Amino acid sequence: MSVGAPRGLASSGQKPISEILHPLCAAEEPLSPGPDVTVNVDGDKEAVLTNGTPVETSSPASASSLFNRLQLDDDLEVDGRDPYISTETQDLFVTVDDPKKHVSTMETYITYRVSTKTTRIEFDLPEYCVRRRYQDFDWLRIKLEDSQPTHLIPPLPEKFVMKGVVDRFSEEFVETRMKALDKFLKRVADHPVLSFNPHLNTFLSAKDLNKRQGLALLTKVGESVKHVAGGYKLRARPAEFCAMGEYLDTFTQKLGTIDRIAQRILKEQSEYLTEQREYGSVYSSWAGSEEELHRPLEGVATTVSECCCAMDDLSENMSQDFLPVLREYVLYVESMKTVLRKRDQSQAEYEGRLEAAILRRQEDKMPMPVEVEKCQDKVECFNADLKADWERWQSNKRQDFKQLLTGMADKNINYYEKCQAAWESLITLLQDKQTEDKRSETN
Amino acid sequence: MMADSGSSEVAVIGNTDLTSSESENNTMNTMVEKETALLRRIEISVPEAEKRTGKNTVNMQEIYTVYLIETRPTETVIEGDTSAAPDSLWRRYSEFELLRMYLLVTYPYIVIPPLPEKRAEFVWHKLSADNLDPDFVERRRVGLENFLLRVASHHILADDEIFFRFLTEEKRWKEEVLVTGFQDKADSRLKSLSAMFRVKNPDKQFTELKHYSEELNTAISQLLRVRARVADRLYGVYKVHGNYGRVFSEWSAIENEMGDGLQSAGHHMDTYAASIDDILEEEEHYADQLKEYLFYTDAVRSVCRKHELIQYELEMAVQDLANKKQQKEELTSGTVRIFSLKGMTSKLFGQESQEQRESRLAALQQSIEDGEDAVMEKNKECRVFLQTAWKDIERFKEQKDKDLRDALISYAIMQISMCKKGIQVWSNAKECFNKM
Repeated sequence: MSVGAPRGLASSGQKPISEILHPLCAAEEPLSPGPDVTVNVDGDKEAVLTNGTPVETSSPASASSLFNRLQLDDDLEVDGRDPYISTETQDLFVTVDDPKKHVSTMETYITYRVSTKTTRIEFDLPEYCVRRRYQDFDWLRIKLEDSQPTHLIPPLPEKFVMKGVVDRFSEEFVETRMKALDKFLKRVADHPVLSFNPHLNTFLSAKDLNKRQGLALLTKVGESVKHVAGGYKLRARPAEFCAMGEYLDTFTQKLGTIDRIAQRILKEQSEYLTEQREYGSVYSSWAGSEEELHRPLEGVATTVSECCCAMDDLSENMSQDFLPVLREYVLYVESMKTVLRKRDQSQAEYEGRLEAAILRRQEDKMPMPVEVEKCQDKVECFNADLKADWERWQSNKRQDFKQLLTGMADKNINYYEKCQAAWESLITLLQDKQTEDKRSETN
Repeated sequence: MMADSGSSEVAVIGNTDLTSSESENNTMNTMVEKETALLRRIEISVPEAEKRTGKNTVNMQEIYTVYLIETRPTETVIEGDTSAAPDSLWRRYSEFELLRMYLLVTYPYIVIPPLPEKRAEFVWHKLSADNLDPDFVERRRVGLENFLLRVASHHILADDEIFFRFLTEEKRWKEEVLVTGFQDKADSRLKSLSAMFRVKNPDKQFTELKHYSEELNTAISQLLRVRARVADRLYGVYKVHGNYGRVFSEWSAIENEMGDGLQSAGHHMDTYAASIDDILEEEEHYADQLKEYLFYTDAVRSVCRKHELIQYELEMAVQDLANKKQQKEELTSGTVRIFSLKGMTSKLFGQESQEQRESRLAALQQSIEDGEDAVMEKNKECRVFLQTAWKDIERFKEQKDKDLRDALISYAIMQISMCKKGIQVWSNAKECFNKM
């Protein structure tokens, strides 16, 4: 969980990087790597931990051990308030903000500022500030998927938008997309394995993200489990992964339902707003033909219009903050399902090879071939990674939805509070006149 | 709301919280009663309504509703003596209509309080338009009570004997009201209509008043119409939230730690969705208050029409007198300036004799004197009408301003109550979400 976003759902807002306090520095000192750190001078980006142990980020087998090794430095409480934030040391902070439109002869597109603050020695500098467009995020995601096949990669917001239906350059759309990109990057930076991926490093630091060259900076891509269309059939999926699959199916369904309900509410609210606006104006026009009642009626018209504004705010909030996060989770679920499928694939491959090897062994009395053992290793690592990611995902999901729904409740409470205040001040206005009249009556 | 013995008015809205008892079935009549001789003696209420079956005028079975009118001597109420049984009788809506028609004819210079609507109008979709619907009957009961209290609070109307008998004599009243022959005194619509178009110098104040009552009618009609649409929409918003209840419940089934929080939050969403029914039912009371004044505009226009009629009759009488004087002048001077049959025939058949002429002159003179009397009468009638009617108009205006402002205040209170409920429910839901 990124500490940069204390309250907001998807982004840390438009804060300039200088204002984002790094929790590891007590005073506002420029960041510098610690004394026990080896900085590699050459361009070869071999990731090294603070204690000097080299890290192989590509091999899946080391992922679990890496996870364990990262559990040092627990004495630093990252955020004492929230029990769900992990006690891992946060030493990589990323933010996506400041959208800008670029117009070139070929195309028009939006770039976002990606700011990084870190103490990790995998990075040359403690701070980076680069500009990236959606394509770049997509590139990163693909690279992550390819190089970390056993891990759940967070989803990106929708790539394609129907031109003509959605305005790609409208403030709302850009804002929503930016928040989703920020969330994506934060989730990656938060991940104990993915955050060390050299592609992420490149993404955050390179001035020019030239995606065409197979960058020399890239480390060896590990043995990735490729999507084999057809291929091996899965014999018996372990119960826990079955349960995961079922959960995801039902969960997606429920998310879809909630999305539909929210949209329906927005529609009803919009129609209510239309009628309510006319309602206010009728009071105003009535006021025109009255004398004594002129002020009270105008007062009602004003109050009704204030309530309309409040309702407008509520609806906007729901469509800007609530719905996008909901939809993004649907994408997240899809990613998770993909990873489950890949796991199934690798298990199927293992089982297939094992079967073949056993048959051959019975014939030739040969020892278990190395590939089979490697396959077994792969499956076991995959399972372990998946389980760890699943736990983390569940925990994040709980936190995210708690925040999302609490936010929804808050917005509604806010709406009613505004309306109540408006009506209460109207009563004051109306009753003042009453006491005025009563006083003049007794005189 | 019963009038205190001492003060002349009772404050209606004290606090800003609607108690649950007020939201229950027996809707309170929030009208303020003015003290009249009648109300000093008795208290009037319409506490109940009942269904009856019987044969109508064409001998067919019909179901109709009757309303209980109770009158209680004021002393017993003050002393708290509830053992003395009140006088009570049952009346149908049509009898109320008859009473009102009588009042309209008998007191044309007074803005007669209106009856609650005959048929449900300006309904939002969930509200029944059926006259036999219990909610409609209930609101009509309150409206009828309101009507009686308004009449009883009017210092002129309250003294009317027929009105008193309406409250106290169940069987013979109808006979008695018809015996007054008020139906013959009613101005024909044709007469009123023609007066409206032909009157030359209606009183300026009344013209303005007529114009204002038309504007008020338009404004309130529009308001009621839009309000019904707003109610429909609001209903939709609340009800859709009920779907959250179901989906949260289903979702909670697949969750471990989040389950309880989701489930309870779902219940609160159900509560939220259900709350709109009561909210909108309460708002009907506001609509009823507006409707009363919508119908009051008809009563105001009645008074304006009566003025036009009287004014027109005066103008006619004046014109008539002028014609006769003209005729006399011509007869004496011998010139025919205006066309008259007599003049024509004398041209054709020769001049009449001196005797004939003198007798005609005498008849004309008598006619002129009668005409002058008529004009004087009409003038007086007109003046008296203007005076008494305008006095009542002033009274009405004051009443209208006060009542409508009170209505707006109570509407605002309703809205605040609705907001408080909303905050409550969403706060509860938020608590559940926090526990997720």
